[in-house]
Amino acid sequence: MIEFWVIFTGLLVGVTCGIAGVFLILRRMSMIADAISHTVLFGIVMAYLITQTLNGFWMLVGAAVAGVLTAYLVQLLHSSGIQEDAAIGVVFTSLFAAGVLLITLFAGNVHLDVEHVLMGEIAFVPWDQWTVLGLAMPKAVWMLLLVLMINSIFLLLFFKEMKLATFDPVYAATIGVPVVLLHYGFMTSISFTTVAAFDSVGAILVVAMLIGPAATSYLISKTIKQMFIYSMLFGATASVIGYYLAKFWDTSIAGMMATTVGFVFIVTFVSQKIIDRRKKALVHKLDMP
Amino acid sequence: MLSGNLLWVLSGTMLLGIAAGITGTFSFLQKQSLVGDAAAHAALPGIALAFLLTGQKELPILMLGAGITSALSVYCIQWIVSFLKMKADAAIGLVLTVFFGIGVVFLTVVNRSPIGNQSGLNNFIFGKAATMTKADLMWLFISASIIILVSLLFYKEWKLLIFDPVYAKGIGLPIEALKATLTVLIVMTIVTGIQAVGVILMSALLIIPAASAKLWTKKLSTMLILSAAIGGIAGITGSFISAIRTGLSTGPIIVLVAAGIFFISYFISPTGQISKYRRKMQFRKQGDIG
Repeated sequence: MIEFWVIFTGLLVGVTCGIAGVFLILRRMSMIADAISHTVLFGIVMAYLITQTLNGFWMLVGAAVAGVLTAYLVQLLHSSGIQEDAAIGVVFTSLFAAGVLLITLFAGNVHLDVEHVLMGEIAFVPWDQWTVLGLAMPKAVWMLLLVLMINSIFLLLFFKEMKLATFDPVYAATIGVPVVLLHYGFMTSISFTTVAAFDSVGAILVVAMLIGPAATSYLISKTIKQMFIYSMLFGATASVIGYYLAKFWDTSIAGMMATTVGFVFIVTFVSQKIIDRRKKALVHKLDMP
Repeated sequence: MLSGNLLWVLSGTMLLGIAAGITGTFSFLQKQSLVGDAAAHAALPGIALAFLLTGQKELPILMLGAGITSALSVYCIQWIVSFLKMKADAAIGLVLTVFFGIGVVFLTVVNRSPIGNQSGLNNFIFGKAATMTKADLMWLFISASIIILVSLLFYKEWKLLIFDPVYAKGIGLPIEALKATLTVLIVMTIVTGIQAVGVILMSALLIIPAASAKLWTKKLSTMLILSAAIGGIAGITGSFISAIRTGLSTGPIIVLVAAGIFFISYFISPTGQISKYRRKMQFRKQGDIG
């Protein structure tokens, strides 16, 4: 049963991040997501310092605030003439440093130690249960289900608008799509995803799950819908394979999941290249009289 | 309080800050700041792997391992962008997290092994300048001096490479070789700095001083001097604060000092927010009169 919950959590992380990652890749905001995953730490520490509890709800609020703040600060610096990569670099490193410093100064004795924050510990997930409506499930599973629901609703409601704002933002703005609002709404959902996944895989490796599966599916998909499906599949596959590899080798589960994400990427593009070459050879053969 | 060792550590981190300020300026101007971030994260698997293979924690061996994986990550990013036609941000993000994930895997293996417990490899994540030995500092001094000297040597060529690559090619400069030297030097800066600042925040030392210097000037030579000065100040102040209080990692404090300088520059520099606001007010006044 314990193993089931760990794998189930991993699957949920894969699917949730897989869905959230698609628009990240398409909107070229992977590095902003990386920045957010670092600054979420700052938000969680602030939430802890203000409320003095490790309540999941306040952690979500703190993380959402930090995520939007990051997106806003990057935008602010960028619009005042600092090139974007430097703006991202300045904002996330300083907020992350502040987060780490606050933890070591004020919160070192609680559950919030830095290593846990960075690498997560999915193996501990089953021990922390919540009972809602008579149903006892691990806290992380509840959080992930909630975020998955929020993200899916957001995407289902605004799918057309998001698509338009991504591929033709100027046109979208002229016909009255709230481009800026969508941008920050999307950033909020990325922050939520980060927090929910963060307890199990940690702040840095959640980015692997956000970017990796979506980037892999970007290689082989022709439509956005395909991209969503492949991305979810790749995310789920990587987390399950990663779990078993980690168990086999007795090492960090989160680290192994990220490694598997890279592995899946390599396998996908190699097989894609091989198929491509075969197709070309076949076409070549058919062309010959 | 200012014992002999602390003095050495302080001058070491200052030299590191200067070196990072210089190479960071070049990478900033090439819009490669985040590649530096990926390269810094990618040093982690190299360190852990070097330790696993040799069983030694001699700094040169670990630095060699870090340098190899770090350079490999830069190569991977360039390859993904040019060969798979993927956007740079996705390639950087993917390579960064995957390399760091592999690093975490190896680090866990190291920590579980009997010899690994006392290896102190965990200090490489956030840096701990105070734990550096005389020999470590020796390496830092040598490596930082080489970086500074080589940057000064290639100053003219890199300047041309950054601002007018077409002309540089036209007069027969070996563009690819120059670019590769710059990458090697950036990787070397990262490898030099990880023990003091840590792999996660090392990139900040490359990015923030350069970004702050850019706010003050448009001239490359001035920018280099300013960036080096800011890096040096951040390094020395940060490691001083972390040395006088036990339990504080050096990396976050150095970064916060640098960030403080950045935000002050952001407001008071000639191109900063306050002078912008003043100019706006002035225009408005002139508009009222006219």
